[in-house]
Amino acid sequence: MTDYFEPLPGGGAIAVFDEFEAALLRAYAEQMLELLGTRDEPDAPADDLLASAFHSGPTEPPEDPALARLFPDAYTDLGPDGDATAASAEFRRYTENDLRARKRDDARAVIRSLDALGPGEQRAVLHLKPDECRQWLGALNDLRLIIASRLEITVDEDFEVLLELPETDPRSPLAMTYGWLTALQDSLVESMMH
Amino acid sequence: MIARPSSSTAVLSAHSAVASPVETERSQATATPSVVADPDIPWITLVHNDPVNLMSYVAYVFQSYFGYSEAKANQLMLDVHHKGRAVVSSGSREEMERDVQAMHGYGLWATLRQDR
Repeated sequence: MTDYFEPLPGGGAIAVFDEFEAALLRAYAEQMLELLGTRDEPDAPADDLLASAFHSGPTEPPEDPALARLFPDAYTDLGPDGDATAASAEFRRYTENDLRARKRDDARAVIRSLDALGPGEQRAVLHLKPDECRQWLGALNDLRLIIASRLEITVDEDFEVLLELPETDPRSPLAMTYGWLTALQDSLVESMMH
Repeated sequence: MIARPSSSTAVLSAHSAVASPVETERSQATATPSVVADPDIPWITLVHNDPVNLMSYVAYVFQSYFGYSEAKANQLMLDVHHKGRAVVSSGSREEMERDVQAMHGYGLWATLRQDR
């Protein structure tokens, strides 16, 4: 397997992206931003920091299964006398907005780095600083969680089956992208642990 | 969790963590959820297995967030992988809520409960 990311001395990582890969990843990061945005309440201006600091978040889990995986319930078991649903709702109210904002920041960081590669370059070298590595790692993981949900990967064997799909299967492109993102993330983790 | 992109080996499904949209009858959230909590019993953070997160990534999260040694992080990661879940921290309810929030930030499926 190709190692996409390589560690840089003193922290950070480096990877070579071709034009197609950069455009593909950028498009997925944009889609993730959009999906995360669907969770915003219309009366809460997303970029108004002061407003969002005082605005309490949602109490209901997302209906979209991919978002529900990104923002799961914190309580599932509070014993016979506890109310896990109420406790999860309360936890969600205080945490989900912050979590969502961070995930969007991570997605934006990926888009920024890819845009900095410059247009029309066949093979561009991506340099990530340590902080950018962490943001990329988070965004790649979130993207994989979303795609896995769309592909209905619920047990390990599901992905093995998806790898064997004929190219004519409508899920094939997404399954290939998932495999690529997995390799990308794995090489980034390895670089950061180096 | 999966070991490597090419050969994944996860066990449990994350689906049970996903709240079903069918559950529309939800009780109203209150400032103090009706938890009968014994103050003497500590709270724990559980991380659950899922088929997406990489084993290397999960170990990385345990090292970088909790500051665990490589050996301890790997052991906890393997516990999650083989047993379906592992207790990754314990303490007060507030501390565990912080840890769960952090785990959700990393994309890990985590919950907290009292260590009964």
